Amino acid sequence: MKQTKKYWKGLEQLDNNADFQERANKEFPDYLPIGNEDGEPSRRDFLKLMGFGIAAVSLAACETPVKKAIPYVKKPETVDPTTPNYYASSYISGNDYCSVLVKTREGRPIKLEGNKLSSISGGGTTPQVEASVLSLYDQERLKAPQIDGKEVSWETLDSEVSSQLAAVSGLTIISNSIASPSTQATINKMVEKFGAKHVSYDQVSFSGMLDAYEAMTGSRMMPQHDFSKAKTIVSFGADFLGTWPNRTGINKQFAATRKLGKDKQDMSRLYAFESNLSLTGSNADYRLPIKPSQEGLYVANLYNAIASKIGGEQVKVAKLHDDAVLNKAASDLMKSKGESLVVSGSNDVNVQKLVIAINKLLGSYGSTIDATKSINLRKGSDSEFENFVKGLNSGSVGGVIFYNCNPVYDHPLGDQIAAGIGKAKFSLSTSDRKDETSSLVKYMAPDNHYLESWNDFEPVSGYFSLSQPSIRNIFDTRQVQQSFINWSGESVSYYDFIKSNWEAKLYAVADSTAFMSFSAFWDKAVHDGVFEIPTMEDQPEIVVDLSGVSSGIGRKYKVDAQGLELVLYQNNSVADGTQANNPWLQEMPDPITKATWDNYLTVSPKQVDEWGIKIGDMSTQKVKLTANGVTLDIPVLPQPGQAYGTVGLAIGYGRTVSGKVANGVGVNAYQFAGSEGGVVDFTVTNVTAEPTGEEYRIAQTQTHETYMGRETVIQEAVLKEYQKDNQAGRSFPKIATAEGYKKPYAVSLWQGHEYPNHHWGMMIDLNSCTGCGSCTVACQTENNIPVVGKAEVLNRREMHWIRIDRYYSHSEEVESLSGLAKIKAMEKASENPEVTFQPMMCQQCNNAPCETVCPVAATTHSSEGLNQMAYNRCIGTRYCANNCPYKVRRFNWFKYHDNEQFDTNLAMNNDLGKMVLNPDVTVRARGVMEKCTFCVQRVQAGKLEAKKDGRRPKDGEVVSACASSCPSDAIVFGDMKDPESRISQLLQIQVGEKSVESKEPRAYHVLEELRVMPNIWYLTKIRNKDQESKTDKAHA
Amino acid sequence: MLTKKQSMSKAIRFVLISFTYTFFLFSSYSTFAQEDTSDGIPTDDSSVSAGESTFKANCTQCHAIHEKVIGPALKDVHERRTKEWLLSWIKNSQKLIQSGDEQAVAVYEEYNKIAMPAYPFSDDEITSLLAYIKVESGKEPVKEVAETTATDSTTAEAPVASGYLTAVLIILVVVLVLILFVLSLIVNTLTKYLKEQKGLDEADAEIVDQRTSFQKLLTSDFVIGAVVFIFVALLLKTAIDGAFTVGVQQGYQPTQPIAYSHKLHAGDFQIDCNYCHTGARKSKAANIPSPNICMNCHEVIQNIEGKEGVSKEIAKIYEAIDFNPETGEYGEDTKPIEWVRIHNLPDLAYFNHSQHVTVGKQECQTCHGPIEEMEEVYQYSTLTMGWCINCHRETEVNTKGNDYYTKLVEFHSEQNDQPMTVEDIGGLECSKCHY
Repeated sequence: MKQTKKYWKGLEQLDNNADFQERANKEFPDYLPIGNEDGEPSRRDFLKLMGFGIAAVSLAACETPVKKAIPYVKKPETVDPTTPNYYASSYISGNDYCSVLVKTREGRPIKLEGNKLSSISGGGTTPQVEASVLSLYDQERLKAPQIDGKEVSWETLDSEVSSQLAAVSGLTIISNSIASPSTQATINKMVEKFGAKHVSYDQVSFSGMLDAYEAMTGSRMMPQHDFSKAKTIVSFGADFLGTWPNRTGINKQFAATRKLGKDKQDMSRLYAFESNLSLTGSNADYRLPIKPSQEGLYVANLYNAIASKIGGEQVKVAKLHDDAVLNKAASDLMKSKGESLVVSGSNDVNVQKLVIAINKLLGSYGSTIDATKSINLRKGSDSEFENFVKGLNSGSVGGVIFYNCNPVYDHPLGDQIAAGIGKAKFSLSTSDRKDETSSLVKYMAPDNHYLESWNDFEPVSGYFSLSQPSIRNIFDTRQVQQSFINWSGESVSYYDFIKSNWEAKLYAVADSTAFMSFSAFWDKAVHDGVFEIPTMEDQPEIVVDLSGVSSGIGRKYKVDAQGLELVLYQNNSVADGTQANNPWLQEMPDPITKATWDNYLTVSPKQVDEWGIKIGDMSTQKVKLTANGVTLDIPVLPQPGQAYGTVGLAIGYGRTVSGKVANGVGVNAYQFAGSEGGVVDFTVTNVTAEPTGEEYRIAQTQTHETYMGRETVIQEAVLKEYQKDNQAGRSFPKIATAEGYKKPYAVSLWQGHEYPNHHWGMMIDLNSCTGCGSCTVACQTENNIPVVGKAEVLNRREMHWIRIDRYYSHSEEVESLSGLAKIKAMEKASENPEVTFQPMMCQQCNNAPCETVCPVAATTHSSEGLNQMAYNRCIGTRYCANNCPYKVRRFNWFKYHDNEQFDTNLAMNNDLGKMVLNPDVTVRARGVMEKCTFCVQRVQAGKLEAKKDGRRPKDGEVVSACASSCPSDAIVFGDMKDPESRISQLLQIQVGEKSVESKEPRAYHVLEELRVMPNIWYLTKIRNKDQESKTDKAHA
Repeated sequence: MLTKKQSMSKAIRFVLISFTYTFFLFSSYSTFAQEDTSDGIPTDDSSVSAGESTFKANCTQCHAIHEKVIGPALKDVHERRTKEWLLSWIKNSQKLIQSGDEQAVAVYEEYNKIAMPAYPFSDDEITSLLAYIKVESGKEPVKEVAETTATDSTTAEAPVASGYLTAVLIILVVVLVLILFVLSLIVNTLTKYLKEQKGLDEADAEIVDQRTSFQKLLTSDFVIGAVVFIFVALLLKTAIDGAFTVGVQQGYQPTQPIAYSHKLHAGDFQIDCNYCHTGARKSKAANIPSPNICMNCHEVIQNIEGKEGVSKEIAKIYEAIDFNPETGEYGEDTKPIEWVRIHNLPDLAYFNHSQHVTVGKQECQTCHGPIEEMEEVYQYSTLTMGWCINCHRETEVNTKGNDYYTKLVEFHSEQNDQPMTVEDIGGLECSKCHY
């Protein structure tokens, strides 16, 4: 028998008497007799303890914490701590692209800037590009490869995957469009080795356009459009400024046609026919709200109108009831023949065929459309994808690899895919996180973030660019391309693979005299980030064949269809939802609705009234929406400009598996989309909506719709007036004095400031600002601006330093009213309003009202024209915010960093997220006021560089984050004391003794009558319309 | 940069003055000396100064004139070797060694086979370098001269003046106290005498009998009030002064993981600060040097004062960078050195070294104190905002040769005949340091 050994502490335990038992039950022996006879602690004890406590606390507080300084062991030669390094790279997300410069500090990417060397993206950015640097530090990313949800090593995964791949039949690789030649080559390796099939799709499908070009030119492609050459642009539901591939480039091209000045007195004209008010529609000179069920007829009627004049077969379709705007568009298009452009966002191949035919008649090919170059960012095929889904469910697809795509979420057939994944023997996802699709697969081989990867791109044929890693892999991830190479049994590194591809294909055709060797060529390409060798080919022959178009159009489109229609759209903040877990994007106000953290039905105000929904201050109600057999409760947001009889809903929301920021925000709109006959259709007819009466609040940053006739805020004119008088639309307020009326600046109690050195200023061209919002996110990244979350936005406590005010015009009937009725009516935007975007940030007033009311002089004036804000001096009285006429000051109501209650503020609430913070800018504390500083850290850095070289700063060296990110060059920043600077030239600055004046006829100050003398000038908005604008009518 | 600037300048002044005297007294000799170029090495000022800059830029890491560093002491090297030999040695020492030159091989062996790198100098440059060495060889080792003269001159000048003043003051005070004593004695005697007198009238008696009661005076409202006021005022002042020192770490001298001596490196060996603190001229942080910079010298210098083996402190560098002094090989197992940070500015204050060092041409010592004398570094300045501001008020902007300031100087001189200080160009504005 086994004996159990006994151990005891001492004899008393061995005896185990009552006294021992009693003491053993107490955790702490009570040696210290604290307390009175009766056991209660005495007052004296309390004081003693408290005294000791206070002494201990104050002693502990006095001891300064020991800080360590840990240098590199072997310092890289090119990295100097505290000095930023810039690396050229390329932003890539799904199928979007932008050439960028990555700013790194001590090896951490902290900011992205547009790469000015790229003639494709043109040096601007988009909100998604700016925000992508935070996605790098997202804690929800997978930290290692997984099998069945368990983390494994790459060796284990590789060996299992290799054996599985060898056994599986009918392997399919699913991806978004691939614009990278080398990535495509690695996929081809997989295709060859395993007899696999590669199917690509796009979240926002361009299948219709691609198929139309395939039918007419023989090659399935989306040609390169050049908006800068267009004098007349007509868009049918194509939001080219907001959602088209390469929209930074398009914004730049479009804005170039809208600039006006001494030497350029003419501008382009944009017509928009659309259902939802899009970014493009809000920039249009003429906009007509139409129903999607009419779209085909509008295009066909435009074709007929043009064909009847220029010559070409007519398409037999129904006539429209009211075609005044359409005929006007047709005559303008023909007037500017050769400089015209018609685009359509429809995914209907018949509509796209008509658009091609119109463009051919107008001579656009070779001018505004270059069909020799294709945009490789949208190549997906809806029909192939539908076949894949069928195969998956029938069992013919034995294995599937999802390469950085999430079709369960973002494809209308998502449900069927989710059901089918289990039927495939082998399923793998390379997604960077657990998402709707990857949570259903067996193997997870997480990809690097693009800032950790080597890659190459050919966004437009002949224009190449490179991605280079700017940080070492944060997690145990591996580039997909490397995985593909490994699985197909080769051992080359992807970096060498790209290099050899470039050597074989590009170095061979590059100008051989320019480079000594391939390595010199490669070094330059990596340094520049881009390599461009546009081919000079003849335009391909376009064979217009419109057979079957008229019947197709006739079947699908009706002149006056009854019933509600739904139009899905991509907004400019969360976009397609790939980066939905990025709080900067969630909190960026939608440019049109100004709503954050949600999607909602955009409904015409008339329809809202009909439904009897009462709209309060950010409060609304939900409706039960049924479309394509899906029913969801969705809040309503009245949207002026929304075509009556239609509702709009943004995609990109309603994520269920993405991360704590995105999960549960809004509803998934993709599931409403139709996918019949192999075409994804974002327009749905036969929709029903019933008010549910359920209250809901949408967090908007701007609830006022119009500027209430304050012509000193928005000054606008139409082109004809501008051409007659360059000061047209300007408002000249006068101040009554004892000596009669005077210009506001002539009357002042102020002494004025002297600026001996620099005088920083900014010019914002309302005509080229498209309202895209890149500046808002760029500013947030640069200046460590916290994310406050939906609840705080509802409290109107958002923190953005730069907001873009969006103003609608009110209806013309208002002018006939008077008194209170008129004021009431002026508040309401008209049914189809004109839209103006006005970026608004601290105006850096020379006579700043905020400075005079600060009781502690925390905000003062600098000798360079800046309103300085010293955070550590601020005691939070908020007098300055109350006294600011522009309402641009922001108050830290809470501690937003290291605070669990603001855990969606990823950049400040975990160690990984904090890596994105700009070390040159303070993270503000609770109770402190903050505002735009004109990026004073950049001003100081630019000056210092110049001083070190013993010279004056060059123009363009010092640029604020907003100006640098602006894709349309609407924001210009510079030194007004430098007569050669761009801002001095554009504004024709005249430096007086104590003031600066602009001789540019369009330049004005917002709220000039207040005499605060801002350092920001706005240029009047000019619309290319025939008739006078309403405000001027009111003046007359 | 890191020379003993003040004492040095005094020393230099002393040496210059004595030279001037010597020059006047023995001008004939010095003229003769200048003509002594039989060895082909001129000693005119221009070649010496050209040589000096070449020497300081290239040679000081391994050579000094009067003592052995890594390479031999160069005193009188022009006498020990021929000029031709020196030319070929400096241009390419390895070539000379391989050619089997006896002297060359001997030097190479003597200095542990550390090759002197080849320098692509022209003959003229090397000649001026030798000129500098020749002139320097003629001088006594500078350091000692500097120290003795420095102490001499300070003891000779300052204490005389201030000591005299103090003595006069003390004497004055003593005399006054004596007078006071004598006067009170007289008053006492007179009062006593008057009291004994009878027949004083009432008014006079009152004056004589007047009791200046000390106790009464002490308990008077005025005195109590004054004492309480002074006490409270002092207490407040102490409290406020105390509050101002919260967080001020002047004198902070933590123990560092390696007992690195700035006195040895920067003081005795005169290594330029920027050699190790590479960021001081070009970036915000001066940078604590990474061990690979230490290894530039310490791969060879393994101990101090000519001792055998590896010094305990230098071994810590080897451990950090995983260097094996036996084999001279580097490994992969590196461990960063965790220095204790001494100068801690709060995060809300932006300070940039390059602005002050490169643009403002400030000496390191201005803020860091006599770092070249510190065995262990301590925080010399208070690093408070008041301290920053004060310096910005007093310091004249270094505008010389910097086109950035041209316009500003013009503007300033139009309005003001005082020199342009940092304050005048906005150096006190909040946003210059806080954003």
